This record gives sequence, structure tokens and C-alpha cells, in this order.
Amino acid sequence: MAFVNARLIDPASRLDRPSGLMIRDGLIADLGPHIMAGATGDAELVDCGGHVLAPGLIDMMVFTGEPGHEHRETLATASRAAAAGGVTTIVCMPNTDPVIDDVALVDFILRRARDTALVNVHPMAAMTKGLLGEEMTEIGLLRDAGAIAFANGKASLANAKVMRNVLAYAKDFGALIVHHLEDHALAKDGVMNEGEVATRLGLRGIPSAAETIILERDIRLVELAGGRYHAGQISCRASLDIIRTAKLMRLPVTCGVCINHLTLNENDIGPYRTFFKMRPPLRSEDDRRAMVEGVASGDIDVIVSAHDPRGAEGKRRPFAEAADGAVGLETLLGAALRLYHNGDVELAQLLQALTANPARLLGLGSGRLVKGAPADLVVIDLERPWVVEPEQLRSKSKNTPFDAARLQGRALLTVVAGRPVYNYADSPGP
Amino acid sequence: MTLAAEASNVPFPHRHLLGIEGLSRAEITALLDLSEEAAKLSRQIAKKRDDLRGRTLINLFFEASTRTQSSFELAGKRLGADVMNMAVGTSSVQKGETLIDTAVTLNAMRPDILVVRHHAAGAVELLSQKVDCSVINAGDGSHEHPTQALLDALTIRRHKGRIEGLIVAICGDILHSRVARSNILLLNALGARVRVVAPSTLLAAGIERLGVEVYTSMWQGLEDADIVMMLRLQRERMTSSLIPSQREYFHFFGLDYDKLARAKPDALIMHPGPMNRGVEIDSNVADDPRSVIREQVEMGVAVRMAVLQALARHLPNQ
Repeated sequence: MAFVNARLIDPASRLDRPSGLMIRDGLIADLGPHIMAGATGDAELVDCGGHVLAPGLIDMMVFTGEPGHEHRETLATASRAAAAGGVTTIVCMPNTDPVIDDVALVDFILRRARDTALVNVHPMAAMTKGLLGEEMTEIGLLRDAGAIAFANGKASLANAKVMRNVLAYAKDFGALIVHHLEDHALAKDGVMNEGEVATRLGLRGIPSAAETIILERDIRLVELAGGRYHAGQISCRASLDIIRTAKLMRLPVTCGVCINHLTLNENDIGPYRTFFKMRPPLRSEDDRRAMVEGVASGDIDVIVSAHDPRGAEGKRRPFAEAADGAVGLETLLGAALRLYHNGDVELAQLLQALTANPARLLGLGSGRLVKGAPADLVVIDLERPWVVEPEQLRSKSKNTPFDAARLQGRALLTVVAGRPVYNYADSPGP
Repeated sequence: MTLAAEASNVPFPHRHLLGIEGLSRAEITALLDLSEEAAKLSRQIAKKRDDLRGRTLINLFFEASTRTQSSFELAGKRLGADVMNMAVGTSSVQKGETLIDTAVTLNAMRPDILVVRHHAAGAVELLSQKVDCSVINAGDGSHEHPTQALLDALTIRRHKGRIEGLIVAICGDILHSRVARSNILLLNALGARVRVVAPSTLLAAGIERLGVEVYTSMWQGLEDADIVMMLRLQRERMTSSLIPSQREYFHFFGLDYDKLARAKPDALIMHPGPMNRGVEIDSNVADDPRSVIREQVEMGVAVRMAVLQALARHLPNQ
């Protein structure tokens, strides 16, 4: 298959030029301006019409409902949503039912993904058994079975000694620890960002300190024990400052941010809209600005969707009682491009946080446009306007905070291992 | 030459044996030479000597032990001492007596040699300050176990003819191991190249400053090793999540033929016992012809005889 007439963007090398790209046997075989219509032999031709051809997006934080809550989302439906959003690799989180804390369950996810998913699926395994925060899991055996990283679901590991041991042990295996930042006691009764908006709404707040206390502690532990540490999502300016300091200290610390915290803030909750309820909570506009600055400067390494499907049973409730989380796989790219259209973040920098950076952290060969890399690609029309219609989303759950939002830019064609898995022309939809 | 005559030539100017730390290379070598003689004696039909006749040796074990306690008992008896085993489990210690009161009480019974094991590091040294007799450390917490290190060195020397220049890989639960600490000190004193191999959670902080090379992979740590010394996984001392499971521990840190293949073909396999077969060592490897685990036990008696001999020279009233 040959892609011609494309604007090739390889974020990691900052390559951005009119070019073509040839794929063979699921890999990128060649790329360069010499690949053009009429010079590609008998390869199937894809005319990109001058649109962007980039590595497929890698989303390293996706919650599915499989196993245990298949009515919310399966690996199959999540992968269809991913494909439609230009996402070619998803990392699914371990807080399923049962928890992914055993070799057999890692194997289950990989087999289900192989049989049912359109895109690459890598399971993250639990770092403590049952996500209880007490005994570490078989990090070595789980890694060998295919667990790509280790997380503790949507809870911080409260016991500093266990966290130290997990970091030290994971270091020996080169395993990445992805942590959720939330001090349980401080955040327990809170349902949104602490501050004026919460006070006006009469809702209990979650202070930024619930996040920074755990982040500070973790960084001290990384200093002590070593180990590759990734803060799964940061949400406030103070956390960004902590990350910057840790990076100046040359600690093996990275962080991610959720697309929602880059594009929305606490005011969006308005009249108790539960689709904007998430953890960490949407913060202030100043915090959102800080997150955008962090992506622009590269201090924030990764953008995730934190895709978390929730049905009506979880969301059609009073705000304080409603479930946390928002779907995001299909809107990730369009929402991220807001930062590009606003002039806040350069396109290559933005795409790097969605492709090459997560690939590097996860040790994947994808996320780059280089010869020999997997042909996981997306053709992006940067300009095409569209309106998010929840009923058109491919995800089983429709809890999107971008309900009726106008986005600009979308995936036209998504290719996984050389195989088209989504073509806008065939199924326009949202 | 009799054992007693040998002993009188040993340069060992110490009243107690509290650890390998503080022993010179010459003193260690002399103890090993003396142990060789004791090993020969123990293989004779007539094993009994009267070098310690009239002397009283008390085994005071605050922690359960089979081989070390019986080894000291046998060593004492072969040298003619009266040996008493204090059953701490049923003694006044259980009734709340402090360590020092126990020491003072025992001292009043006028023993000549006390052999002490205690679960707290430094407890044996503390006790030695309160008694008039000689004290031998038979293991204090995670600190030292000097006679184990001596018997390991003796076993190695008998097979390899030397210690100097050998690559010794000490593998497993370094964090909790007094055997590891004593061996590191002794083997370094005799010029071996010592490695420790363990997951980071079972390595003690700053261990590299003790003069060892640190590995967290068995496959790398055993490369070209002359000696593979396995340690027991001390589950009873583990208070928090240090390893995920025994099956994972065996997979990555248990000694099996796959990992052993990285060592020299004639590498010795050692273990201070008691072994957890299938946890830190594959059962077949433990019984392999290269395994000297049973010989370690035999040398244990010889080394303890030599230590008793060397200390007997400095007993009061002699």
C-alpha cells in the first residue's frame, strides 16, 4: 500500500514535509518525496489529498468494562471508538472485575484483543494484588506475559513502604509504574475541584493538595528507590511545578494529562452536569492554562483520553452521587487540535504527546514514521469541522463532555499494522 | 601434633568471637588451618579429645536452630567439655527477664564459654560485656554469623585450594542475612571477588560500600562464578511486601540449571541451610554432584572445634 500526496509529520524527528509513504507486510517500508503517484509499482494507492499523515495515536489510559462490566464497554467497542478517533494503540487499565493482577488475566486480555479488537491493545496490570495496596503483584511474570506497565487503578497507593518496594522491584525489570494521584483522606468526600465554584454549587471540594501530596511523596520515593515513574494524570499548576523540579533533578519521572484537563475547566460543570464529573476533577482555568503550557514546553509528556465509559445508571444521578469518568477515544484528536488551532501548542509538539512519547515510555516500536516501524498510521484532515453527537459515538457508553461540541479536525483514515480499520468516507458519522 | 599444640600456635588474641569484623587475614587463615585438623579428627573413629576437659559450654539460643546448636554441642563434646543447652523457650526469658539479667544469672553459674544466638543485632555483643566467660556469636539478627562464614570458607578452600581471586556470588535474601554479611567480610579479607545477587527489595542499602558487586539479575550475577552461594528466603522476617510470590521468586531468583549454566562448569553450589526447595533452589540442583551443602554441615563441626580451641587459650584461670 502506498500513501501519496501527503503532508508527512513524524513528531519525534520534527519531520514535516510533502511526501509519500510505502508500507509492506504491516511495516513502514519506505518514505520520502520519491513515493508519488505513478512511481509506486503495483501497490494499492491512497491519495491523502495533501492531508496530514502521522503515526497513529497511542492512548495510554483507557478504561474498558471487559472483563466484568461489558455493558459499559468491551475491548471490541473501545477499539472501534479508537479506530474512528485515529487511535491505533490503546493501553487498558487493570481496574476491571476481576482485577488484572494475574498472568492468566493478562493472557485473557491479549487473547480477547487479538480476537475482537481493531487496534493494538496492551494491558496494564495491577501493581498490588486486587488493587488493595498491600502486596505487590508478580511484576516479573506479568511483564513477561505482556503487561506493558503497572498501575493501581483509580486509587493512590497509600502505604509509602509498599510504594517504595514496588518501585524498587519494578526497577529490576525495567517496568513502568503509572500512578494515580489522590490522597484518599483529603479527597474522600469531594466531588469536584475545591473552590468558589464548588462552594456556590454546594458541593464538597477536592483540593489540589490531594494530588500534590502524593506526587511529592512519590518523587521522594523515586529518589530513594529508583524505578521508572509516570504520574498518570496531573491536573493542576502545582503538580506541573513538582514535575519540572523532578525532571531538573534528572529523576526517571514523567507525567500525563487528560484531554479534558487541557480543554475544559470547573466552570463547564455549570448546572450539575455529571458528564463533567471525573477524577482528578476539572480544575480552575489557571490550572488548565498550566496544563496547556506543560504540553507546549514538553514538561508534560503524554496526553491521554482517560476514556471511561459510564452508563446512565452511573451518570443520571445527583452530581455528588454520580459516577466519575468520561469517554474520550473518538474525541481525543479533535479536542487536542483545539490547542493547535488556538495557537497554544505547535502541531508536532501536540502529536508527539499523542504518539512518540507514549511509545517511548511503553517501549513500543510504533509512534514513529521510520522504516521498519509498524504501519500504524492516521490520515488527519486538520480543518474539517464536525459536531459531536453522542448517539453517533461508537463507544457503548455516551458520557462525553463534548456533547454537541464543535470540533475542528478529524481522522480520515486509520491504519493498524498496514490494515485500514477506519475510513471516514465509508462511515462519516461524527 | 595434637590439636592443642596446633591451637597454641594460632595467632588469635581474642576473648570472644563476635564477628568476622575485626579479624585479620592471618587470624582467619590460622582458624581455617586449625579447622582442617579438626576435620581430620572428626573423620576418625576415636573423635574424643580432652582439650576442654572440665570446661563448661552453654548453648544459649534465643532463636530456634537445629544445625548450629547441635554443631556447637558436638564440637564441645568432642573436645571434652560439659555442654548444656539452655531451652530459652521454657526459661525465665519467657517470663520477661531482660537479656542482661539472663546474662548475669548465667554468669553466676561460672560457665567458660557461652554460645549465643539472638534475634536482635548487637545482642550478643551486649551480653559479652556482662559476663566473665568467652562468648561466641552464633548469629545475631541480620548482623553476623562468623562460624558460618568460616565453615563456608573452609569448604571452598578444600575444593578450590584457595579463596583469593575466586568469584563468589551470594544470592537471595541479602537484606535479612547475617550469613551474607559475615561472608562478605571474610571473603573480602581473603581476596575473593564477591558479588551479591538479589531483587532490589532484598538488597540492603549501601551494600555496595561493603566491597561487593551488586546484581539484580541472576543470569548476569552468576556469569563465570566459581561459587554460587544461595541464601534462604527468610519469610519469617518479612514484614512488608518485598517479593510478590514464591513462584515469581523461584522463576527469577531460584537457582535452577538454566541460571547455573552461566556459572563456571565446576562451580560449587552452597547453601547455609535450612533449604526451601523449590523457592530459592531447585531440588535437583541441591542434590547435584557440584553441591557441597552436606559438606558445609560437616565442616561446621570442625570450624566450631577450632574456634573453641582458639578461645580456650584465653580462658581465665588457665
